[in-house]
Amino acid sequence: MAAMLIDLTLVGFMLAIAVMIMFSHRLFAIIVMSGAYSLISAAMFVNLDAVDVAFTEAAVGAGFSTVLFLAAMAWLPAEEKRDKALVVLPLLICVVVGALLLWGVMALPPLGDPSAVVHHHVAPRYLAESYDKLHIPNVVTTVLASYRGFDTLGETIVIFTAGIGVLLILKGATGRQPSPIPHDDTEDTDEK
Amino acid sequence: MKNNPVLRVCSKVLFAPIILYGLYVQFHGDYGPGGGFQAGVIIAAAFILYGMIFSLKNLKKVTPPSVVHALMGIGALIYGGVGVVAFLNGGEYLNYNYLAADYAKGQHWGIILVEFGVGLTVASTILGLFMAFAGFEFSDYKQRKRR
Repeated sequence: MAAMLIDLTLVGFMLAIAVMIMFSHRLFAIIVMSGAYSLISAAMFVNLDAVDVAFTEAAVGAGFSTVLFLAAMAWLPAEEKRDKALVVLPLLICVVVGALLLWGVMALPPLGDPSAVVHHHVAPRYLAESYDKLHIPNVVTTVLASYRGFDTLGETIVIFTAGIGVLLILKGATGRQPSPIPHDDTEDTDEK
Repeated sequence: MKNNPVLRVCSKVLFAPIILYGLYVQFHGDYGPGGGFQAGVIIAAAFILYGMIFSLKNLKKVTPPSVVHALMGIGALIYGGVGVVAFLNGGEYLNYNYLAADYAKGQHWGIILVEFGVGLTVASTILGLFMAFAGFEFSDYKQRKRR
């Protein structure tokens, strides 16, 4: 009951922030609010006993991506351009996709249901072995690093590759830094 | 932001505990929540905080980009290397049971080493991305505008 109440409060906060982001046109405010959104969803993950995910969400979602957005914001005007285009189609897509997702959620077993299918495949073996045989209390770590070692290796390689890709785009293969804003250079030459 | 005493003092006080917490999450991943991914981001966050307060130039002195870029690959190689060691010891690739005489010990070693590799890659990738983004003539641009 208490967990439910906390969840509802957090979802209320998240909805309020989402609506505020929708109606705000100042980029700085939007970025800070999306950071707050991430922080609240991290709190929700704690409430769902997914502390590992909460760590990542708080550090990456609320911290790192906010910093990156702020760095990118320096190149943009402070106000969002008001778009006068027709919003019927995006609205329709949002509503339809949202309804489909809700419909899909209804087919899921309730949270924490012990008779759910996922709890009967390999999970019992992992739970039994991790502590009794390997003496590693945190099953998440055992699954992540050992039972599913190949997946985690793939994830690490993905992060590595993504990092290399972005670095190459930003710096160029030669190490020369391309100028992001063309008129910035012309300003420079004018001063000289 | 270096001239703001509140930010300067707070970031100096916070820097060491953040790193310590990151290391705790890294090496305590077997027993409590956390692991390489989480520890990597936390440690990178500490350096990003330092870079934001004390300028990118000083951050590049603490963590030279060439070293950070090398660590990105080294982390992934540690992970892959653990698999190769298990392979050479007669097991399957990434089968930690073959890393030590006792299979439980082998699993412990394997998980700690692999998580260390993950942490290294994640921390250095995030730090490298931050430095690339922030160093995108961002500081020069601001200074130029002020002039």
